Order: sequence, then structure tokens, then C-alpha cells
Amino acid sequence: MNLEIITPDKTIYNGDADLVQLPGIDGSFEILNNHAPMISALSAGKIKVKKPSGEEFFEVKGGVIEVLKNKILVLAE
Amino acid sequence: MANLKEVRTRISSVKSTMQITSAMKMVAASKLRRAQNAIVTMRPYASKLQEIMQNLSASLEGSSDGVFGADRGSNKVLIIPISSNRGLCGAFNANVMKETVSAIEGEYKQQYEDGNVDIFCIGNKTADLLKSRSYVAKQVNHEIFDDLTFDNVVAIAEDLMQKFSEGKYDKVILVYNQFKNAATQILIKEQLLPLSEPKPAEEDISLQSDYIFEPGKQEILDELVPKTIKIQLYKAILDSFASEHGARMTAMHQATDNANELLKELKLTYNKARQAAITNEILEIVGGAEALNA
Repeated sequence: MNLEIITPDKTIYNGDADLVQLPGIDGSFEILNNHAPMISALSAGKIKVKKPSGEEFFEVKGGVIEVLKNKILVLAE
Repeated sequence: MANLKEVRTRISSVKSTMQITSAMKMVAASKLRRAQNAIVTMRPYASKLQEIMQNLSASLEGSSDGVFGADRGSNKVLIIPISSNRGLCGAFNANVMKETVSAIEGEYKQQYEDGNVDIFCIGNKTADLLKSRSYVAKQVNHEIFDDLTFDNVVAIAEDLMQKFSEGKYDKVILVYNQFKNAATQILIKEQLLPLSEPKPAEEDISLQSDYIFEPGKQEILDELVPKTIKIQLYKAILDSFASEHGARMTAMHQATDNANELLKELKLTYNKARQAAITNEILEIVGGAEALNA
């Protein structure tokens, strides 16, 4: 699935991911392949991106996430 | 024939002016590059946010934009012209001023006569220009361009949102130059508050209504609406900032070209005057020698 993390200043991640862990307002959650369409708000925390080549972490202060047809869009701050 | 010394002085003054304009052009170009970068990286964020807002509002039955979407007519209007702090950038600031004046005298004439139109200038120049037309800005913010960060813009946006929710203003209008490319700016007048209803996207209507909302639609909307407003203001200011440098670069480029042209003409005049002086001198010498021979 395709993941895009955008901040007002720049795009910090654009590529494939196997698993994304996100800090939701009501607690951390994970998104796997073929997730149902979803819109959710994020709180401050770490985004974990798991891909075949390893793991990556991104610090965010909050944001919104949209999942649609295996495309994940994170608007972070 | 023009005086030699006079022409020489003019040449040197034009030359030094040219140096200044070409230096300003260079500075504007480098600042433009940075400002342009900022706006270009910002745009995808703004458009994606807009997209999510559209999807969200498409799946919401009825409008529930909350406090910031409340359309209370346009009794008390705040106009925010975004301009620059410095001049020498062509018609950049004048355009913003003209659009502001036309909004005051056209659309909001009635409200203005009732004293219900306030002007909040971002950037000095429009405030000065408006003052010369006897429109007094209620508030001027010029510090923002010294340190243009998202956080500083958020502070302004929050202040505006508070004033709006308190009912001090029913409508907030932005007037600014949108950055198209270095040579072209598009003058834009858009409504910041109340939040205009986003048009639902046409495709995938069926899919959109299937969204899962975590934690809930209202919570997400509460999160998204203020963010959208902040982003809109931030984008407008960034756009204006990039446009300013673009406009200045173009204006200074023109000025340098003009100076070059002028210099060419002056040099021609100078050489003509010099030749005439030499010819005169020779004539005098020849005339003198002739007189001695006779």
C-alpha cells in the first residue's frame, strides 16, 4: 500500500509500506494492507512505518489521516 | 551640444542606480527561490486537506461546520489585504490596494457607511496606500514577514477565529496576490470566514460514504475546520510573499534594462560632445596657425 506523509513545509514520506502505526486521538492504532476507507484525527506522537527494508519513525504534533483504496494520506504537523 | 561634464555626471549616476537595481534583482531572485519553495511544498498539503474536507462533508448529512461555518450575512466585515513591507516591486501593492478599495466601495459600501467595515493590513505598504486614500486600517501587522513561520500565522488565525466566533465580525475577506510564476501574480479575493461550503467531489460518492470515522465525525470536523482556516491563511501569506519577490525581481529587471538603455544613449551623447569639442579645438589651432602664416 502507498503511504504519503505531508507537513505544511514538505513531504516527509512518500512510498510503500507494509504496516503503519499511528497515534490516534483515542489511542494508537495500526493500518495494514486493504484497510477499509477511514478518516481519523491524530494526536502528538510517533508514526511507525514498517516496510520490507526496515522501520522508520516520524515525530508528529497532530494531524489527520485518510485511508482510501490502499492509499494512506497523513497530513501531519 | 550638451556639456561634457554634465553628461559624465549623468552617466555615473545612472551607472550607480543600475548597480543598485541589479543588486536588488539578485537579492529578490534568491529570496524568491526560498519563498517559492515554501509555497510549492505547501500547496499539496492544502489541496489534500481540501480533499479530505470534501470527502468528509460529502459523507455528512446536512451541514455542520460549527461556529466557523455560521453564515450570519455580511453586516460586520473585516478585509485583510496582504501586501509587502517594502516597495519597489511594481504594481504589486497598488493592485492589492485597488482591489480592497473596490471591495469597500462596491460590495460593502453600505456596511462601510455604517462603520462596519474594518481593515486589517498584513504588510505596511497597503496600509500606507490606503491611508493616502483616507481609508484607515484598524490594525497593521508587519512583523510577520520578519519571521514567516506556520506558528506565527497560526497566532493571527486564532485571533481572527476568536473574533469571528465572538460575533465581532460576520465575514473575513482576504485580498492577496497568488503566486503563479516569477512574472505573473494573480490577484485573489477570497473568503476566509465563514468557511465556505466545500463542493462535494463528483467521483466515488458511493465509496466516500463508507468511511470509518475515528473517533467520530464531529471530533474530526472540530479538528479539521480550524486547521483548514489556518492553512488557508498561511497559504495566502506564503503566496503573497512569493509573489512579492517575484514582482520585485521583475520590476528590478525592467529597471536594470531601462538603465542600460539610458546608459547607451548617454554614452552616444557623450561621445558626440567629445568629438565636437575635439573638432572645435582642431579648428581653433588650424585657424590660429593660419592667422600666424598670413
